[in-house]
Amino acid sequence: MSRPALLVGGRLLDPSQGLDAPGTILIRDGRIEACGPDIAGPEEAEVVDVGGLVVAPGFIDVHVHFREPGDEHKETIQSGAKCAVAGGFTTVWTMPNTDPPIDDPAAVGFVRASGERARGARVFPVGAASRGLRGEQMTEVGELVAAGAVAVSDDGNPIWNAGLLRRLLEYTQTFGVPVLQHAEDRDLACGGVMNEGKVATALGLRGVPNAAEAGMVARDCLIAELTGGHLHVCHVSTRESVEHIRRAKERAAHVTAEVTPHHLALTEDAVRFYRTEAKMNPPLRTEDDRAAVIEALADGTIDIIATDHAPHHYEEKEREFDDAPFGVVGLETALGIAVLELVETGMLTLGELVERLSCGPARIMGLEGGTLRPGSPGDIVVFDPAERWVVDPSTFLSGSHNTPFLGLELVGRVRATWVGGELRFRLPRESSPARRQSPSYAEKGGL
Amino acid sequence: MSASASRTPPEGLGLGKDLTGLQHLTGAQIKGILDTAEPFKEISERRIKKVPVLRGKTIVNLFLEPSTRTRISFEFAEKRLSADTVNIAASGSSVQKGESLVDTARNLEAMRIDMVVIRHGSSGAARFLADRIPSNVINAGDGQHEHPTQALLDLLTIRDRFGSLAGRRVCIIGDVRHSRVARSDIWGLLRCGAEVAVCGPRTLIPLGIEELGVAVLSRVEEAIEWAEALYVLRLQLERMDGGFVPSLREYNRFFGISRARLERAPRDIAVLHPGPMNRGVEIDSDVADGPWSLILPQVTNGVAVRMAVLYLLAGGQPELAESAKEAEG
Ligand SMILES: [Zn+2]
Repeated sequence: MSRPALLVGGRLLDPSQGLDAPGTILIRDGRIEACGPDIAGPEEAEVVDVGGLVVAPGFIDVHVHFREPGDEHKETIQSGAKCAVAGGFTTVWTMPNTDPPIDDPAAVGFVRASGERARGARVFPVGAASRGLRGEQMTEVGELVAAGAVAVSDDGNPIWNAGLLRRLLEYTQTFGVPVLQHAEDRDLACGGVMNEGKVATALGLRGVPNAAEAGMVARDCLIAELTGGHLHVCHVSTRESVEHIRRAKERAAHVTAEVTPHHLALTEDAVRFYRTEAKMNPPLRTEDDRAAVIEALADGTIDIIATDHAPHHYEEKEREFDDAPFGVVGLETALGIAVLELVETGMLTLGELVERLSCGPARIMGLEGGTLRPGSPGDIVVFDPAERWVVDPSTFLSGSHNTPFLGLELVGRVRATWVGGELRFRLPRESSPARRQSPSYAEKGGL
Repeated sequence: MSASASRTPPEGLGLGKDLTGLQHLTGAQIKGILDTAEPFKEISERRIKKVPVLRGKTIVNLFLEPSTRTRISFEFAEKRLSADTVNIAASGSSVQKGESLVDTARNLEAMRIDMVVIRHGSSGAARFLADRIPSNVINAGDGQHEHPTQALLDLLTIRDRFGSLAGRRVCIIGDVRHSRVARSDIWGLLRCGAEVAVCGPRTLIPLGIEELGVAVLSRVEEAIEWAEALYVLRLQLERMDGGFVPSLREYNRFFGISRARLERAPRDIAVLHPGPMNRGVEIDSDVADGPWSLILPQVTNGVAVRMAVLYLLAGGQPELAESAKEAEG
């Protein structure tokens, strides 16, 4: 067990207990031992000066793709877990659409063990909802959960068979795990590669209408209401989906939802000039949809932010738009995008943002963490909410660089991340110009 | 040559290295290309149809999707300008064997060729190539995006017929959704001041098309009532399998351009078609071969327009096109 650590001088920001005040945190034996003003540590504690920085519960991302097994040239569990802590995430949920898919207990065990070895973020596998992600036969959900799966999903392959979805939403209740659904009516999507509308029409690209997502969200919400099971709607991208989710919540269905940083920040205009870095599924939508998902995140209709971190090798993205794969990386830019697009614009307070990134996921998914309360896991992120930095994918710890935010100036940067009381990420001093210019940090041995 | 070409500023049209589409060109640039095509029309009427304008230039015709007409038209244009040309077709080439477009681009660059004419099944492919090689790139049709030289020859043909493009009313009829020709014609006509409408079954009209600045007409009778020129698109026979139209017979009955329909037109009406035609589907033979048809002038203008584009991208000055064609071969 590592030395106890005393984080002093920071701004403790923990919406789970309504805390936003200067104070100190003591981490010992992997857990938060104390949190508040006037805390003294034991003699042997390492004192870390976090003056001027925010100390918050570590972020939790319930939707990432780490590509192992099968596509290790894009990302491994090792590189994924490391890039997660660089983005301030202390827990990630990996999607099962690997090759082979994570649809049996041995595969679940493999992901968990690899995640522990990585010593980055905690890696929790989402198990496949159907065998082979084929949407036909339910997996052994109980066995998957016993082996360490935290949810089930066929992400990438929508569960089209309404009867199967119903049985999943019923059966999972015994095991207390949600069903994560990527909502997309494939007949309406019809092989589309971007949002349907004027931009797709001008570019001559096949479009995916909003109704392809929203129609399935509407149906899924009704099935959730019917069964009482926990439906989690992945990466909401349209105004119409938001409306269906809002209605389901009003009717007390157990429905939760996430939105990605790129859907909060970008519109279909990013696809102009056939930029494959802006090709993802669901596609970037219109300004009206973007406004709707931001508003929904602010009013709680959409509960949380999840990145849908989807690494791809540069060769696969450097292709004709039709042939390039869907997806963008997101773990290392999530905080900076969210502060820029939500906090700087006044849509969320910084505390509300931490809630959407940390406490919220813990609350809706019933996880430990997402709080600085004494006794909680020592999962902590320290970040500078005001630092401006420019996205340079060559500095990413991810195995892939496919970001639509290349060269963009973001606001808010992760300085250090503790997982289970262990310092697992620290921003290299030379990569922060602000700190290079401020000798006091170096003198005080701060972050 | 027309008087207007001589007013083009001496620095040229500012087309840049490539011609990937008409969307981002100005009306003046398009007009400049059409004016440059005027003197080249005459070369094709000579006994010896060759001028040394592109002597020593190497051009690759990279046709990764089957095409006969466009490739032949480009080849004639290149040969009449004395360029050395190489044809690469999809079948039998390394591209067919799975070589990526980026590798194809690198290989072309390594061979130090001067120009590439590309036909490709994916929208954006021409720009993709243009961004990666120093050679000039001419888009001969990319997916459902653009086919700029086709639209330029269409514009030239309409201008020849009516004397000007500004204010003309042109309706594009048929499978607009899947048509790169329709997109290029829409941009070209709008930039030149024409009014544009599209007409066809709603399954074949893409969402958001109005936002490009065109009207949508749902019945072909309305189109004939309104337009001075009808641009009839080819109905790809596979659209039936895709469920976009229930049958070719029904398509012909409700959207086909027939003599009976045209005879009810309130004015003289011109009919264009990019070819190849499905006679009896989108256009009846009476019309294709009748007094309305500009289909063969389109083909003739195709060579002149492509000569103009090759000449301009190779650095030729629009105002010197007249004298270039006089040089000894
Ligand atoms: Zn998904």
